[in-house]
Amino acid sequence: MSAQYYVSPEQLMKDRADFARKGIARGRAVIVASCIDGIALIAENPSGSLHKIGEIYDRIAFAAVGKYNEFESLRQAGVRYADTRGYSYSRHDVTGRGLASVYAQSLGAVFTAEAKPFEVELAVLELGATPPEDTLFSLNFDGSIAEQPGHIIMGGDTPALREAWNAYWSGKELAAAGIDEVIRAAALVLPGLRESPGDAHLLEVAMLERTTTSGSHRHFRRLDTPTIARILGAGK
Amino acid sequence: MTELGPGPSFLEHLNRDRPDLLPGTRAVLPADAGAQVPHGTTIVALAYADGIVMAGDRRATMGNVIASRRIEKVFETDTYSVIGIAGAAGLAIDIAKLFTVELEHYEKIEGTRLSLDGKANRLASMIRSNMPMALQGMSVVPLFAGFDTFSGSGRIFSFDITGGLYEEVEHHSVGSGSPYARGALKKLWQPGLGATAAVKVAVEALYDAADDDSATGGPDTVRGLWPVIYTVDSTGAHRVEDAILAQMARDIIDTRTASGRES
Repeated sequence: MSAQYYVSPEQLMKDRADFARKGIARGRAVIVASCIDGIALIAENPSGSLHKIGEIYDRIAFAAVGKYNEFESLRQAGVRYADTRGYSYSRHDVTGRGLASVYAQSLGAVFTAEAKPFEVELAVLELGATPPEDTLFSLNFDGSIAEQPGHIIMGGDTPALREAWNAYWSGKELAAAGIDEVIRAAALVLPGLRESPGDAHLLEVAMLERTTTSGSHRHFRRLDTPTIARILGAGK
Repeated sequence: MTELGPGPSFLEHLNRDRPDLLPGTRAVLPADAGAQVPHGTTIVALAYADGIVMAGDRRATMGNVIASRRIEKVFETDTYSVIGIAGAAGLAIDIAKLFTVELEHYEKIEGTRLSLDGKANRLASMIRSNMPMALQGMSVVPLFAGFDTFSGSGRIFSFDITGGLYEEVEHHSVGSGSPYARGALKKLWQPGLGATAAVKVAVEALYDAADDDSATGGPDTVRGLWPVIYTVDSTGAHRVEDAILAQMARDIIDTRTASGRES
């Protein structure tokens, strides 16, 4: 019979965190930024159907990096949570903070109790009336949660991306920029593609529009490839 | 076998995890319960050149009493469809609300919209599950219509309390004033109507329903209350503005007053 070796709690948590971090860093990056037109969600994603970005509710969106099956089940649980809440209370009572805190609890519980932690990093975004009123939450695989001002960069080589992103925006104000400029900046920074219309199919882009064109209560809108190509082409 | 999750249906999710939130109760009601709750009355729908028009009057009745003068019984369920409800108002509005969430939920989970046939089937099963209530006088009779993006045309569906689903052509009407509205539609409807002409036909049909059915409300010029009317075409569902409806209703009243006949 094999003997059970003692592993200290510190070591156990560190091993789990290293495992999750490795899984996340393998994937491609997602950039979320709050600008004048709303909140832009941009992912490097060659697949046109396996989305990393999704609509949760009227003014709430979701973005994730890591393992698809894991974040997809979290996204669906989020939609179910939001719709149930909106149906039983009112559409105004569904908040990004509420959703982010449920996510934090379930990520935290899985990290400590389950055999394997989730290999995901999430962003929960809620649109406000103006850029400073937007709330951007980032959530980690261990359930830690932080509110980020202005933008969130997740996945891939995050430190390098962050540096390139900050270099682009030094001397320019992100909150005053339009959606087109934010998309072009992201295309420039993301490593897997060039800022040209030919690479539009490698990007998945959606936005929470500050004012909806149709007057609908749903502010989430996905941009199709021809629209992205037009935006990338207009930069030159 | 691995059990799959609740899937893209919000109703299935509620049935499984939150049955307390479902509309209606399994309670046994007193025999005359039907007369003690507000009932919504007449809904008309008709096809026109680009899609469909659906209209509902603004009255709810409770026995011989007017329970509401301003109730709204036609709702936009998603970009390309609308529902109009007749029957026990509280239950019907709950079912319409649940159906709207069901469509939006499916769209968010699956990333695509349900087909118009899929939507109609979903609604039929919701009406079927209300049958125990319907047999106790709490029936809900919806009229569902929308723009079918596959076939590129407007379509109208009616239902019975057992969940029976029937596709209607040209026009249809449900509720207590529907025999009179249908009579008007038969005379006024023509193939290839324009949007404005179709809205006018709907207002006129409701006027005729209100003329003969005490449970249907006509245009209320004193309070400024007009029918709720939606048009649905390839650009989506749009509510017709009150100002337009006010003018149409006044024109109809003026024309009929001028003719001075027992029409």
